[in-house]
Amino acid sequence: MAEQKEHQNGIPRIGFYICHCGSNIASIIDVEDVRKYVATLPGVVVSRDYKYMCSDPGQELIAQDIREHKLERLVVSACSPNLHEETFRNAAAKGGLNSFYFQMVNIREHASWVHEDKAAATRKAKDLARAAVYRVRFHQALEKRKVPVDPNVLVVGGGIAGIHAALTLANAGKKVTLVEREATIGGHMALFDKTFPTMDCAACILTPKMSAVKSHPNITLWTYSEVEKVEGYVGNYKVSVKRKPRYVNEDLCVGCMACIDACVFKEPKFPDKFNQGLGKRKPVYIDFPQATPKVVLIDPATCIQMKTGKCKKSCADACDRKAFDFNQQPELKEIQVGTIVLATGFKTYDAKRDALYGYGRYPGVFTALEIERLVNASGPTLGDVVLRDGRHPKAVGIIHCVGSRDEKTNKWCSRVCCMYSLKLAHLIKEHSGAEVYNFYIDMRTPGKGYEEFYDKLLAEGVHFIRGRVAEVTDWAMTPEEQGKLVLRVEDTLAGFVRRIPVDMVVLATGMEAQADAGEVRHKFNIGCGSEGFFQERHPKLAPVNTFTDGIFIAGACQGPRDIPDTVAQAGAAAAEALVLIDAGHVELEPNTAHVVEEECCGCKSCVPLCPYSAITLDEAKKKAVINEVLCKGCGTCVAACPSGSIRQNLFEDDEIFSEIEGVLAQ
Amino acid sequence: MKYLYFPGCSLKGTGKAYEESLLAVFGALGVELQELEDWNCCGATAYMSVDETKSYALAGRILALAERERLDVVAPCSACYLVLNKTQKSLQEHPELHRKVTGALQAAGLDYKGTVKVRHPLDVLMNDVGLDAIKQKITSPMAGHKFAPYYGCQIVRPYATFDDQHNPVTMDQILQASGAECVEYPHKTRCCGGSLTGTVPEVGLRLAYILIKEAKQRGAEAIVTVCPLCQFNLDGYQDAIAKKYERVDLPILYFTQILGLALGLPAADLGFKRGIISAEAVLAGR
Repeated sequence: MAEQKEHQNGIPRIGFYICHCGSNIASIIDVEDVRKYVATLPGVVVSRDYKYMCSDPGQELIAQDIREHKLERLVVSACSPNLHEETFRNAAAKGGLNSFYFQMVNIREHASWVHEDKAAATRKAKDLARAAVYRVRFHQALEKRKVPVDPNVLVVGGGIAGIHAALTLANAGKKVTLVEREATIGGHMALFDKTFPTMDCAACILTPKMSAVKSHPNITLWTYSEVEKVEGYVGNYKVSVKRKPRYVNEDLCVGCMACIDACVFKEPKFPDKFNQGLGKRKPVYIDFPQATPKVVLIDPATCIQMKTGKCKKSCADACDRKAFDFNQQPELKEIQVGTIVLATGFKTYDAKRDALYGYGRYPGVFTALEIERLVNASGPTLGDVVLRDGRHPKAVGIIHCVGSRDEKTNKWCSRVCCMYSLKLAHLIKEHSGAEVYNFYIDMRTPGKGYEEFYDKLLAEGVHFIRGRVAEVTDWAMTPEEQGKLVLRVEDTLAGFVRRIPVDMVVLATGMEAQADAGEVRHKFNIGCGSEGFFQERHPKLAPVNTFTDGIFIAGACQGPRDIPDTVAQAGAAAAEALVLIDAGHVELEPNTAHVVEEECCGCKSCVPLCPYSAITLDEAKKKAVINEVLCKGCGTCVAACPSGSIRQNLFEDDEIFSEIEGVLAQ
Repeated sequence: MKYLYFPGCSLKGTGKAYEESLLAVFGALGVELQELEDWNCCGATAYMSVDETKSYALAGRILALAERERLDVVAPCSACYLVLNKTQKSLQEHPELHRKVTGALQAAGLDYKGTVKVRHPLDVLMNDVGLDAIKQKITSPMAGHKFAPYYGCQIVRPYATFDDQHNPVTMDQILQASGAECVEYPHKTRCCGGSLTGTVPEVGLRLAYILIKEAKQRGAEAIVTVCPLCQFNLDGYQDAIAKKYERVDLPILYFTQILGLALGLPAADLGFKRGIISAEAVLAGR
């Protein structure tokens, strides 16, 4: 349906279109009423409603009207501009109108989806449409800016996600810098002995990829390094990276480890972080034999030379290549890249937060990551499953959902714990012969071969008790419970409360956002959800994109996921980066600020305010000059200019004042 | 440092030893407690189930009286502490209830804006006085003594305002500061039997027995608590426990009594004589 009328003097000819969005909008908002109302507004010569404006016929309708009715401005009331602004800008162009003679009104996310009162929602839709109609008449013809995309890529995080993304991009011929905060790449996967459900050796599938990263001609690997600052915009990012001192020259060290043998500490003495504190290391160390790069480093907190300056430095003497440098300083490097893949991973839930499970209080309680190291052939016990006092456990209880699916801590399901608990149950049984009990809420095994793996474990005689464990206690009620840890649990299948005595308790801790995820997301200017994981641009259709163009996310920094999903996502993020690189250029919104020279008094108020250093003073003319390429359109200078001589495209005063007038008019 | 002191009925009755030792300890640490004038029953937890609104008004009156003094209220009894905190929270969360309660208060010439902070003595000692200040005043440390720290349920559940809900440690740290050792006690916040000891004694007695037996087995020479009802249940029924299970004979003391000894206060001022089970072993040599 449509209303049409003749041209009104002085006001550009405006076409108005309101979308039903199936029933998404039309079930709450009376679109016909809005259409008829907008037709009465000054300047509107065509007013239509249509079931799906974004469809091909919907777009064609607009293009045709522009030609037939000589439309000069266009307003579409539909969904969020995030989804379809581009669609309707293109429709305008197809009809021969400048894309920026268009204004979009969001009556779905801003009205129909959030209101129940139909009359009020319809009134709001009219108000918003009127604001846009008033605004659009002042719109100006603009052109998008085309800027080239730097083909180099930064990948942040060297876990399996970062490794896979870096290799994919490097294999496509792009230069990649991979920045990892720890001393070696490999991430959490390097801690694992086996991977579920195939039980293939984690190191056997991971370490070849780690070596490939190190030797790839297109990859620059910076471990023990962190991104300090990110400036610029899609296609043109300037990134500062801090390389922390290892006190060993990375270019000279070949990883022979003679220095570790020669250290004045004859025996390893300090908790080994890589082994979750279960093993010991010396002040000069390497995380594990396949660490990449295979370069030792010094822990300044425990090294006598670093602490006192008074050590005979037998490590340095043992080094043929003279790689030791106790005076090494942090180094700040700057790189230029066009796109960035963030693969900063996750941290595991702090088991101490569940006081009832006794982690940190009872030595028999372990986290799953600790068990990963205990069952690992290259772990601190070479794969022997032993308690902290050296005894071998005869019975082991694995508690699922610790820090997951819990109103009091984390509400989300961490997706991997059921499967890794099955894996650990199998390995513990295999390595120690112990009876293993799994305490679960629901078994979640959605994945290729996952349910079959669960079946296999059932057949192996691992016990499964459905119920959330209430507490772990050393309070013995019977002689059999003496000296044991007792798990008190309501067995919801049997329908009564049970007490299961065991020697070892394993807490299947869930996945959380990294402790500094908030800081990192500010650095890269991306969003995060309420749980702290990085926010994807669209949960279904843009899962590796962010709201900042040119920055992509992969792996568990976006939410809990297992290795197959992480690798798939890393590949997707690399492909998205390649799209930008191979297109060669990006189009930027023409929303930049510009100085009206005759009105500028050269006071320089704006210069220090610009967060992007885009403003300079032309000393000869004594006028401010804005570099359009650097300007990101934040509007700070526009608001601050005392003489009002800075204007901004798409946000001109008359556009905004007229919009305000429109929304307030009756 | 000055606080309002809301004793509630227990500290003037069965928990007299708590009041005596609390006042002595706070005095020795230079913390002033000013007893709230014209205080009334907190309603404890029992009145809540009879008439909720009236019980909120009852507790609300205490908060209103306290608000006029502009001081934090120290409520040593666990039931009082819980009820006052619960009232605070309920009044904040339910505007309708808040209207009814303030209506009742206004009829009595009072008003409550919601500014009062309800504090537990453990919270004040730990967070306002501080462990270091306490340690500096210890003159006769309780070295060689081993206790089971028992918190009961009410000061940490449902509102864990200053400590963990399931494994609180504040009292452990204060007892350790006094020179004593704490046994690893898994029943820190397990039920003492509460009012069941009176209503369903076979259940209540068993709960009390579990607590005492475990403390004894772990080598504690006394259970040290913060709650008058727990103290009463555990101390007062050991004869009945002996008839039903076995003789246990374990003193049940308040943490303020132990801290008082360590601060060098005379046992006579700390209510030691009021316990049913003799605490002679704890006092030996003092």
